[in-house]
Amino acid sequence: MTAPALELRKLTKSFPLRGGGLFSRGPAAEHIAVNQVDLVLPRNKVVALVGESGSGKTTTGLLALRLLSSSAGQILLNGEDITHLNQQALKPHRRNMQVVFQDSYASLDPMMTLGEIVAEPLAIHAMGALAERRDKARHWLERVGLDGSYANRYPHELSGGQRQRVSVARALILGASVLVADEPTSALDVSVKAQIVNLLQDLQADMGLAILFISHDLSVVRSLADEVIVMFRGRVVERAPTDRIFANAQHPYTQSLLDAVPVANPKARRRRSFLNAEEISSRTPRFSAADLEAAPLIDTAEPQLVALAGSHFVEAVVTT
Amino acid sequence: MPLVEIEDLYVSFSQHDGLVQAVRGVSFELAAGESLGIVGESGSGKSVTCSALLRLLREPPARITAKRMTLGGNDVLGADSKAISQLRGRVAAMVFQDPMTSLDPVFTIGKQIAETIMAHRKVGKDEALQQAVEALRRVEIKNPEAVAKYYPHQLSGGMLQRTMIAMALSCEPDVLIADEPTTALDVTIQAQILQLIKDIQVQTGMGLIMITHDLGVVAETVDRVVVMYGGKVMETGPVEAIFENPLHPYTKALLNSIPGQTAGKQRLVEIPGHSPNPAHPPAGCPFHPRCPIATIECRQVTPPLEAKAEGRMAACIKVAA
Repeated sequence: MTAPALELRKLTKSFPLRGGGLFSRGPAAEHIAVNQVDLVLPRNKVVALVGESGSGKTTTGLLALRLLSSSAGQILLNGEDITHLNQQALKPHRRNMQVVFQDSYASLDPMMTLGEIVAEPLAIHAMGALAERRDKARHWLERVGLDGSYANRYPHELSGGQRQRVSVARALILGASVLVADEPTSALDVSVKAQIVNLLQDLQADMGLAILFISHDLSVVRSLADEVIVMFRGRVVERAPTDRIFANAQHPYTQSLLDAVPVANPKARRRRSFLNAEEISSRTPRFSAADLEAAPLIDTAEPQLVALAGSHFVEAVVTT
Repeated sequence: MPLVEIEDLYVSFSQHDGLVQAVRGVSFELAAGESLGIVGESGSGKSVTCSALLRLLREPPARITAKRMTLGGNDVLGADSKAISQLRGRVAAMVFQDPMTSLDPVFTIGKQIAETIMAHRKVGKDEALQQAVEALRRVEIKNPEAVAKYYPHQLSGGMLQRTMIAMALSCEPDVLIADEPTTALDVTIQAQILQLIKDIQVQTGMGLIMITHDLGVVAETVDRVVVMYGGKVMETGPVEAIFENPLHPYTKALLNSIPGQTAGKQRLVEIPGHSPNPAHPPAGCPFHPRCPIATIECRQVTPPLEAKAEGRMAACIKVAA
């Protein structure tokens, strides 16, 4: 069996809160932004990480990319543990995992031409002669649906959708096997959003790419992802194949997320009822150990991720 | 008498590299108590239209012309700045996407709402503060007495947007104009704010103009829709008719491109190309470069917005009346 493209094991990130200085008493308070997150991104699949602001989804992406150091847990890229590699040892792995962010304007250097921007990763990894890199950059601009002549233009000349195409070209020019896409379509207009989603789908199929798609936009997730992982307050609260999440969500947080999505059908209007975070926490599902297909992993009264039928996992309290 | 009348509105901005035509001949009305959605993408002119209606644009560089533009029966174009500030707040109030930039960070929430109230009503400071607390209670903020003493940075995005709505409603306007009020919010907070706006609209019978790029938001909140593209109105009609049977090719394309409407991993229906550059809009119909049924005529003739069916108008020469 080949190793998954990316695997996170009990990955945790805590940030110190104010206080806890030299002269303070007791241990420093911490905010746990990402709490023991397990995640498997198989090769050639799209896994969506969804949740609202503060859920820890973006932090999880940054940890996976080693753009932020984790407090505990493991990161495996194509089966190899990269959690503690130093920057030099990490460099060859960086070619394999790339990222596209939401704000294409902030992530493209305004002083560089698009050709230079797309070719820059090749230069950093000292791949090919200048002319070769230039050709490859043109080729990639075309591959993401831009004319090769765009190589001589600057980021400000482009629309948001075009800039996002450039970000994708730069991310994939090294032949990455893992792409972390953090809200890549959130800032785009409706008519352009579909173009970028389709582009990601095409490239994923062509390159056998594995994509970790971080988004709060559940409608895009539904069309793009093979599996959905839902985060709430730093924890994974539900994980299931996309269709199961949409048809049969078990966790109250997933249910409230799905319920809140505006429906593009004026005849389907309805009043909604809303749960606050405390109400969601108090409604954590409960299962009796006898009802579960697999025995719970740990014997604890704390909520834990339990397996349901159909590769569906939900955070629940297991009672005996 | 309609609450809002806009007839043949043009808004342009003079820039160093020429004139940008943001709005090019927009007309629509809002009846008392009606809710209207203005839907369009960035650069469609939807926000500029409403900012022009409240004369919020700096003139120059903005230049506003119209055959007619009224708010609550009052002429907006000829009004002086004093008359305009009387219309703002009392007749029409506006809520923007980013509440943090609309609030002053150094004053408390209560004080800022009270100031709005005092600007429009002859009330003392204490009474205005009392009314500010009531305004916060009306937007379902728990413990409004305490929140009134908070500064903007102490509130979450959803609470700030509630505060903005409270401020907008504090002078009981006849029409609330909400410009992408939920775009920056999380999806569950968005649903709460939309429900709040709808509830208040029903309770008070005020008019509502909801500016948004999100067709889902339109479908959930308004009675009638104006679809804008390239500074022009492409289509207007009742919300159910628009979603069930869109007339204009642009509206059709927009509705088709909504992701996640059916189960299963799938390619989305894209609209090829990109939005027109307002500095150099295409001749003829602004949508023709991206339109699947455009012919040479569409490049030459600017289609007028005309009645195609009962209560429905579209600007497309390919749509039969």
